[in-house]
Amino acid sequence: MPRKILTGNHTVAEAVKLARVQVIAAYPITPQTTIVEKLAEMVEHGEIEAKMIRVESEHSALAAVYGAAAGGARAFTATSSHGLLYMHEVVWWAAASRLPLVMAVVTRAIGPPWNIHVSHEDIMDQRDTGWIISMAEDNQEVLDLVLQAFRISEDERVYLPAMVGLDGFLLSHTAMPVDVPEQEVVDSWLPPRLPRPYVIEPGSGVIMGNIPPDEAFYRMRHSMQRAMYNAKRVIEEVDEEYYKMTGRRYGGLVEFYRCDDAKYVVVLMGTWAGNAKEAADRLRERGIPVGVARIRYVRPFPRERLREKLLGMKGVMVFDRSVSMGRGGPLHAEVVEALEAKPSIMGVVAGVGGVDVGVRDFEKLVEDFVKKVEEEGRVYVNDYWYGV
Amino acid sequence: MVRIQDLPRKNFLMPGNAACPGCPETMGLRYVGMALGENAVLVIPASCSSVIQGIYPRSGIGMPILNIVFAAAAAAASGLKAALEIRGLKDAQVVAWAGDGGTGDIGFQALSGAAERNEDIIYICVDNEAYMNTGIQRSSLTPYGAWTTTTWTGKKEHKKDVPLTLIAHRVPYVATASVGFPTDFIDKLRKASKIRGFKYIHLHAPCPVGWRFDPAKTAEVAKLAVQTGLWILYEYENGKFRISPLSRPYRDKSKRKPLVEYIRLQGRFRHLKKSDIAVLEKYVDEMWEFYTKLEEIYK
Repeated sequence: MPRKILTGNHTVAEAVKLARVQVIAAYPITPQTTIVEKLAEMVEHGEIEAKMIRVESEHSALAAVYGAAAGGARAFTATSSHGLLYMHEVVWWAAASRLPLVMAVVTRAIGPPWNIHVSHEDIMDQRDTGWIISMAEDNQEVLDLVLQAFRISEDERVYLPAMVGLDGFLLSHTAMPVDVPEQEVVDSWLPPRLPRPYVIEPGSGVIMGNIPPDEAFYRMRHSMQRAMYNAKRVIEEVDEEYYKMTGRRYGGLVEFYRCDDAKYVVVLMGTWAGNAKEAADRLRERGIPVGVARIRYVRPFPRERLREKLLGMKGVMVFDRSVSMGRGGPLHAEVVEALEAKPSIMGVVAGVGGVDVGVRDFEKLVEDFVKKVEEEGRVYVNDYWYGV
Repeated sequence: MVRIQDLPRKNFLMPGNAACPGCPETMGLRYVGMALGENAVLVIPASCSSVIQGIYPRSGIGMPILNIVFAAAAAAASGLKAALEIRGLKDAQVVAWAGDGGTGDIGFQALSGAAERNEDIIYICVDNEAYMNTGIQRSSLTPYGAWTTTTWTGKKEHKKDVPLTLIAHRVPYVATASVGFPTDFIDKLRKASKIRGFKYIHLHAPCPVGWRFDPAKTAEVAKLAVQTGLWILYEYENGKFRISPLSRPYRDKSKRKPLVEYIRLQGRFRHLKKSDIAVLEKYVDEMWEFYTKLEEIYK
């Protein structure tokens, strides 16, 4: 397996190439831009046999790949921040059409004021749309998640589009070694897309999206929810298949790092999980049993997996890189529900707008939390804004 | 020009569709079926035609349809065409079928993008001159003076000339048509289907509900728009501009029927004063002057 030094964005492009995507449409936005540039280069140099539609907006980008997916092609787009919000209407439309589709989301803050740095507010805003939503920790996982996204999205038990999140600049513009599987290996595992679940083509007789009775609409929504629950199983199966192919697996919906003998666990998603893991290592050196539960899939939400592992913990700290204004961190809210608030739980809002949160920050915050729980027995904090 | 009796018998518009009586869009859809037959797939944004299709799981239209959000017809059609081409379905005619709002207002950006990229699709604007599906609100294609539910005393601005903006995009084919002249429209559709690249046809579609006229008179009102010289049928093809034979006589002002014949059939113009009618008459003269010059330039 060749090892390449790739930025996160170029990793996305490599994965798109390996997946033999047929139609690409994307509109540049920082920090996603180098994905569009690289793919355009690959298409023009004949490295990938895809049609590239150089659209005039993100709204059209997603509409175009949606049209392509409806026409039976394997299709891909990528965006960030305002681009994602601008296409939001089509995000819903694509999911409810039950078409397989993959989109990379390079996470970034939403203005005003203008800010191009990492935040999860863009991707977290998409939770209700019916897309499968994953988040990578490093560039290797970016490659693996993008390839797996096609496989999951095209699974007949799922038929929902999939987003792969990678943190703006932290991954998108940072070069790391990435093991890139051989094309033949990927081909044997990811065959060409079948024209399913339906195709809009001459003579197909298919009409997608005309007005249904309200009861039929309601049933369609229910079938999306069932597909999301199916996706939990499919994601774990795909993780295993991928392991057989590449020797890499992540644990499916959640990666549990040193959680087996932990009493305290940090829950979070994205690149800063690396810092949290290192902080856990350091705390363990000082006898504090800390683990990290890194959410890999926000949708479908790994409720059962979190309950299995974390219900018996003494304390859980949830770090959110976005805020639901008037409530707190969205990840925190979902973890609290999953754990029925049984352990001590502290919700921390941090890192929003690209503010750096390093190993020492995690170390100190967790240590303070542990101390407080040990002293008070029971701690519940809704949204502690770190550093404000 | 094709003869009606030579057209295919198969009806692509079936009973059970949800159109209003006298609907010009169903006329247009029937002609699209006649012209393109089994090769057509439609992309329809939010519009009257979203409703006309009928209720799931059935449909009153005998062509495959991809419905799409309001602003994205041209973009979704671009992607669909790309997929069908890659899959080797070269004969597929991807037809974006959008209203005047979905074309000239909310959908204008996507339309302009697809036109500039010269996507190999046929884009048809079914122009009923207001947002009819939401209940007769003005669009940028509503004509001067017309009553709508957002211009109670009559619109103060002239109609936006969308097909002219498409000529400015230098696409291979731009044409205007009318539901009152089906064979002209069908000829233009068939010609468009043989051209590679972006084809735009602007179909004038008088709406009895929104324009306030007798539903039996849709074809009559449509014809009068052409015969009074208000709606000019033309083709712009590979850099050449030609007034269509059906409109050519009306270059001569004396051959045009008086504009009031068109205006007085429609309740939306009932409140017009003589001075308002004069504004519209002047508009007709100016349009002819302009398009006659354009014909000379793009000979």
